[in-house]
This record gives sequence, structure tokens and C-alpha cells, in this order.
Amino acid sequence: MLKINGKDVDAAGKTLSEYLADTDYEPSRIAVEINEEIVPKSQYDKIILADGDVVEVVSFVGGG
Amino acid sequence: MSDKIPTKEEMIETLEKRHGKELQSKFSRAAVAICGLGGLGSNIAISLARAGVGKLILIDFDQVDISNLHRQQYAASQIGMYKTDALSENLKAISPYTELATHTVRVTEDNLTELLCCADIVCEAFDKPEAKAMLVNGVLEKLPEKYLVAASGMAGISSANSIKTRRITKKFYLCGDEVSDVADGIGLVAPRVMLCAAHQAHMVLRIIAGEFNP
Repeated sequence: MLKINGKDVDAAGKTLSEYLADTDYEPSRIAVEINEEIVPKSQYDKIILADGDVVEVVSFVGGG
Repeated sequence: MSDKIPTKEEMIETLEKRHGKELQSKFSRAAVAICGLGGLGSNIAISLARAGVGKLILIDFDQVDISNLHRQQYAASQIGMYKTDALSENLKAISPYTELATHTVRVTEDNLTELLCCADIVCEAFDKPEAKAMLVNGVLEKLPEKYLVAASGMAGISSANSIKTRRITKKFYLCGDEVSDVADGIGLVAPRVMLCAAHQAHMVLRIIAGEFNP
């Protein structure tokens, strides 16, 4: 189990891209931090989610 | 009119009386970049200039349009001016000794390091979600030493009380309700955008003061 935006999620072993593909997140509108570190977009295909990871997906909406 | 404008010394003395010398000295030494000079950025800039922040770096490629006037800090007489020029004019009228640097360009992954190098704190104040994400990813990846105060979710007429500031990571803060999208409803109304801008500006002041919790 890992925590994504505060919720327990069973996604260990998936790449970040694989996890995101199963969600409604729009990749061009997000920033992802794993264990307090930003994940560069170029690493989304390579980073493998692990048990105990704390993941924060910040999804931006329009307006400013 | 010009003989009524106070001197720099008088302005600083007045700020010191309110904020205390030590805090005002921190505000005076700070440099804050504001990326996007719309409803968020124009309000953030005015708040920070009034509070006595020493240097503002103002970045926007766009011109003032009639559709901006319902929430952005520009006058009808400024339509057609670059926002960098129009906001500089307004800030100089309010706070003549605030140091201003302006960049009339679109912020990209390629130029953000150069544009933001001199800032202690960066405010993300764009309108489009893709631009917000680009800047946040870019600053966190390329300029990890900077504090970053971003915004998401301030459209519509939902409660003012749902606008908040959240600390995402050590140097990255997010203001807004995080959900209210311009695409969903009635668009942006001045007070709710100003609330979000005020959250951003206030977080900036807290960071400068050494207070790092939202």
C-alpha cells in the first residue's frame, strides 16, 4: 500500500505513468511529488511506485 | 501633485512603525517574482508593494483587455497597454520606491531559470492549467532552492471560506479551493480571485518573516 493524496492505494509495482493512465488526471495539468520530491515528467514512465511511498498529485484547474 | 509624494525615508519610517523595524527590514530586502499579471498577479503585486516588499519582478506577455477589468487591477484607460507597463504605472502611484523589474514575455521551460534567478520567492499566477503545471514543474525541478506559491481553484461564487493555503512540500505552497474550474460555471468574480491572491501574497509575507506554516 502507498498513500496518494492522503488515501491508501494498492499501486505498488506500477510505474507512475501506468497509475496515472487508470485515473482521470490530465498529464499536462499536473505536478507529482513522491516523498516530498518533484518527479520530472521525463521520469513518469520510469518511476516505479513502492509500498510506503507518499504521493501527492497536484492537479491544476483554470482561473487566475 | 509631486510635492505631496512622501520621500523614501518617510515611506520606510511609516512601514517600520507598523511592521516593526526588524520585519520591515526583511520585507525591504526580499525579491518576489510574479508570473502572470491577471486577477491573481495584479492583486498579489499591489498587496506586496503596499506591505513594503523591496523588489517585484513582474512577468506577463499580454495586454490589458476589456474582459480583464472585472477582476484585475487595471483601469479602463489602460486597455491595450502591456500589463507589465500598466501594472508598473499603478504600483508606482501606490508605492513609488518599490523596485520593479518587468519582463514582457511568455514564460517557458526554456526561459524560466533566467527570468526567475533573482527571486527569493516565486508566485504562480497564471490562468491556464497547463501553464500553471509547466511553471510549477519547472521551478520545482530547476530551481529547487526557491519558495513557490501557486494557485488553483478560485472560480465561481462558492464560499469564500473554501479558499485556503496548503503546504504541499517544504518549499511549495498551493492556494485556492483546488477544484473550482473556470470551465465549470460562471467564471471568475473579483472578490474570490482577490481572496486567492491575498492567500498567496500573505503566504509570501509569512515566508519572508520566517513563518513557514500556512
